[in-house]
Amino acid sequence: MLADWPLLSLLIWVPIVGGALTLMAGENGARRLALVFSLATLGLAIPLYAGFDTGTADLQFREHLAWLPDFNINYALGVDGISLPLILLTAFITPLVVIAAWTTIRYRVSQYLGAFLIMEGIMIGVFSAVDAVLFYVFWEATLIPMFLIIGIWGGANRIYATIKFFLYTFFGSVFMLVALIYLYYQSGTFDLFALHGQPLAMGQQMLIFIAFLLAFAVKIPMWPVHTWLPDAHTEAPTGGSVILAAITLKMGGYGFMRLSLPIVPDASQALAGLVIVLSLVAIVYIGLVALAQRDIKRLIAYSSISHMGFVTLGTFLVFLLLARSPEAAGARLGMEGAIVQMVSHGLISAALFFCVGVLYDRMHTRQIADYGGVVNTMPVFATLLVVFAMANAGLPGTSGFVGEFMVIVASFHANFWVAALAALTLILGAAYTLWMVKRVVFGDVANERVAALEDINAREIFVLGVLALAVLALGLWPAPLVEIMHASVDQLIDHVSVSKL
Amino acid sequence: MESVYLAIPLLPLFGALVAGLFGGWIGRAGAHWVTILTVAASFVLSAVAFWHIIIDGGPVFDEAIYTWMVVEGIRFEIGFLVDPLTVLMMTTVTFVSLLVHVFTIGYMHDDPGYQRFFCYIALFTFAMLMLVMANNFLQLFFGWEAVGLISYLLIGFWYKKESAIFANLKAFLVNRVGDFGFILGIGAIVAYTGSLHYGEVFAAAPTLVGEQIEIIAGLPWEVMTVICLLLFIGAMGKSAQVPLHVWLPDSMEGPTPISALIHAATMVTAGIFLVARMSPLYELSTVALSTVLVIGAVTALFMGLVAIVQHDIKRVVAYSTLSQLGYMTVALGASAYSVAIFHLMTHAFFKALLFLAAGSVIIALHHEQDMRRMGGLRRYMPVTYVTALIGALALIGFPGFAGYYSKDAIIEAVGYSQIPGAGFAYWAVLIGVFITALYTFRMIFLAFHGEPRDPRVDKHAHESPLVVTVPLVLLAIPSVVIGAVAMGPLLFGGFFGEAIHVAPERDVVASVAAHFDNWLQFIIHGFQAPAVYLALGGLLVAWLVWGYKPEIADYAAARLSLIHWVLERKYGFDELYQAVFARGARRMGDLLADTGDRRVIDGWVVNGSARLVGYGSQVVRHLQSGFLYHYAFGMIIGLLLLIAMVTFL
Repeated sequence: MLADWPLLSLLIWVPIVGGALTLMAGENGARRLALVFSLATLGLAIPLYAGFDTGTADLQFREHLAWLPDFNINYALGVDGISLPLILLTAFITPLVVIAAWTTIRYRVSQYLGAFLIMEGIMIGVFSAVDAVLFYVFWEATLIPMFLIIGIWGGANRIYATIKFFLYTFFGSVFMLVALIYLYYQSGTFDLFALHGQPLAMGQQMLIFIAFLLAFAVKIPMWPVHTWLPDAHTEAPTGGSVILAAITLKMGGYGFMRLSLPIVPDASQALAGLVIVLSLVAIVYIGLVALAQRDIKRLIAYSSISHMGFVTLGTFLVFLLLARSPEAAGARLGMEGAIVQMVSHGLISAALFFCVGVLYDRMHTRQIADYGGVVNTMPVFATLLVVFAMANAGLPGTSGFVGEFMVIVASFHANFWVAALAALTLILGAAYTLWMVKRVVFGDVANERVAALEDINAREIFVLGVLALAVLALGLWPAPLVEIMHASVDQLIDHVSVSKL
Repeated sequence: MESVYLAIPLLPLFGALVAGLFGGWIGRAGAHWVTILTVAASFVLSAVAFWHIIIDGGPVFDEAIYTWMVVEGIRFEIGFLVDPLTVLMMTTVTFVSLLVHVFTIGYMHDDPGYQRFFCYIALFTFAMLMLVMANNFLQLFFGWEAVGLISYLLIGFWYKKESAIFANLKAFLVNRVGDFGFILGIGAIVAYTGSLHYGEVFAAAPTLVGEQIEIIAGLPWEVMTVICLLLFIGAMGKSAQVPLHVWLPDSMEGPTPISALIHAATMVTAGIFLVARMSPLYELSTVALSTVLVIGAVTALFMGLVAIVQHDIKRVVAYSTLSQLGYMTVALGASAYSVAIFHLMTHAFFKALLFLAAGSVIIALHHEQDMRRMGGLRRYMPVTYVTALIGALALIGFPGFAGYYSKDAIIEAVGYSQIPGAGFAYWAVLIGVFITALYTFRMIFLAFHGEPRDPRVDKHAHESPLVVTVPLVLLAIPSVVIGAVAMGPLLFGGFFGEAIHVAPERDVVASVAAHFDNWLQFIIHGFQAPAVYLALGGLLVAWLVWGYKPEIADYAAARLSLIHWVLERKYGFDELYQAVFARGARRMGDLLADTGDRRVIDGWVVNGSARLVGYGSQVVRHLQSGFLYHYAFGMIIGLLLLIAMVTFL
């Protein structure tokens, strides 16, 4: 019965309507309303997962309504094995953001929570849109709530950060719009999957690829267009950092898989080397930069960029592997590793930003040097932070290991040096994460402010505990996650193996 | 048997979870009872498994427990391989772990982190068992990293101590350098064999002989050599071989029970176990075996030398551990895998014994570890003294003690080895015997003999309680007898069956077997070789220098000041790594953050383009002056241009 409902529309519009209602509610009502609506959205995600058929690469839960028939623009939705994990992630993280904000946000609570609910609906819209215009509208719409979240509830330097964030990402995505309109004139359709079959000459493909690359590289972000992220993360309130890191970055990775690879496979093939080199730079260069950070949030932000390097690396490995063997052995491992990495990073970075939020709420500083010996006064919190730090360092048994392991093993199929540079993250990731842990958590009590810290309360334990369980579950048994994506990834790789020329 | 095999690692995990999550509720006694009982049960079941496989000749168990995931037809599984090698490791690990658990009751008696400590060591037992019981590389890596994690947590157990939290970070990062090689090795195995399962990889390995990979263009390498060397980098990290040895001495910052369990008896031998387990791969690459042999020999000799100048009793034992791990590695390189495992086992007993004896001394002296402030302890702590003496005799390979058989077998095996580097390795391990006796008995004489050099010794020193001395005695027994009992079946009786594979042309153990009838005859045979005399000589010199005339030590230190200086600096590895890697990486990070991100990307490109737009706007703004005559003038010019175009074009 549930399967007959327009589940995707509900997943998009329930949080948006809920967000609108929350905006209008009073301070106390807003919290309850936001929690109810975010949990309802999570509830709606369960039948989506349960009803999803892992045996097929076809789009499922399709919806189709004519929107602007004159231009063949439709309200078309659907999910496959690549978008489903990201939708589930979005539905999972948002309630935690609402719960975490329960007592810590005191200024304009209803607007804050409303913005996050609306953001949730829009992000699910990005991952389920099948029509290019709809996709673009949702894509750009995510900027508005995030712009407000950083600009209103952010830190001292929030205006600079928020404008930088907006212009940077907007600059990237307008090129995508140009490319999509160009594609429409070539094919007469905005249906993303119809565009996958659209033949294109190499010159056209190259220009389209570069336009897409600008949009997605900024979003994910890739070196050297990453500098908006540390500023945005640092200035954003806890919930903003969480959503930014956990979900909006994934839009970039999703874009590569949904648009770049299938629509312009030959240009992707031609420029795969460039993307892979940039990914490796991200992993190594950004890893070193993370080591130099003195601000916990900046450190985690840089860590995010470095981890996203695995997503772009895993995605584009297929082209190196195609050049070696026609069946591209290792390509599925790399691509699925990239998706696993997106989900896993969503959980771990969210958890780490929540942890920073916990500290910031108590001490009102993000400087590593202001802390030291936190374990003495906050043992429960310290335990959880060490769990997430280990996950961030890719320890087996946590989700952080799965994606990195898959991508490293896959890249050995292609080239020793690609694998070796990627594997450097084992050392660098552990170095910047655990060095931070050493300076913040361990040691004797550093000052009286640390001595006065109170351990986390039940609400905080709940938020972090749920994430810890998810991180461990995914690390101990990733099979359910990768099974969702097998069919779609197979199809994507078969599709890009065939030239459009 | 499957449920027994499953219970063996899961019992300690259960104990750890109970002690960790409900530690406050079950109290201190509850925590030690639940972990000790579960580890004891695990030991009993390991013994049952040992009996089943070895005595009853039961079938080897090689099955998946659950499927982690399947991608591209590659099965990523959690599964057990229980064969003779595994059951030997399982019984050794659980036995030592059990005694260390008991010892901990006494050692950690007053520590506020009592429950946490029991949780960690039980968890370690689980992880170590998962490591040795793996039937595939994925689970091996799981166990590998899990023991590393717990080692990290335990070295930093006293988290207020700056030196402890420095040491644990260092240990983790150096191990990660090893894991960097290890994970690439796993990547290579999957890329070339398409499987992670030991059996399938071993079956596919011979077909890879002759296949090459160009890591540096124009320089082809044998694939098998690359795989073996990469895996060995992992083994070097865990088993602390030069140049990745630097973390082990610092790991002594942790409580002594874990130095015994993790940093002597079990975890650090994981690398030795790894190479022995991978013997079907290593036998395919002489280059890899030679590398293993030389690195082991260097570690065995040069780390032993450092032990002579250490003052901290635990550090002496730690450097001794490095040196002994070097011996095991040498045995691996000489294709004498069974001998390496034999030494691993005897070493587990006598080194755990020595560490626990050192721990007993340390508690008696209220956490004093400097041997210069000890002396004369044998009168105050007779049980500790006798057991430590037994451990020391086993360590130096005194005829009849456990270490004698395993060390002598290594030396003989290397003597027969023909691969490049064997000559050097033979001399290194031979000289190493003298050195071992020297530093071991230096420790015995300094700590237990002579007169107390510190008044506190007289005041505090007393024999430790039963929870401490009973484990000492229980470890002393195998330290004496296990060599004689195990040598025949283990090395020459086909104990390992299919678990260890040696190419016939490299089978040095068979050459050793040629003149082995029984253990007694092996002792007599030993007196025809130099090793025994070197050990006795070392003992004698130690007695002369530190027992009989202590002035000689100062004199020698002064005369050999350069060597002394080099040894005290531990060859400068720490300083070098600190300067190059630790500081270098941070400098590099600072440079990239300041110049790369802040100046070039943000300063020039991002904010620069913003400035450029701003500047352009400033210029263009002048056109919009707001004066009517400016606009009128513009119109006239425009009109003239239009007229001109229409007229002339």
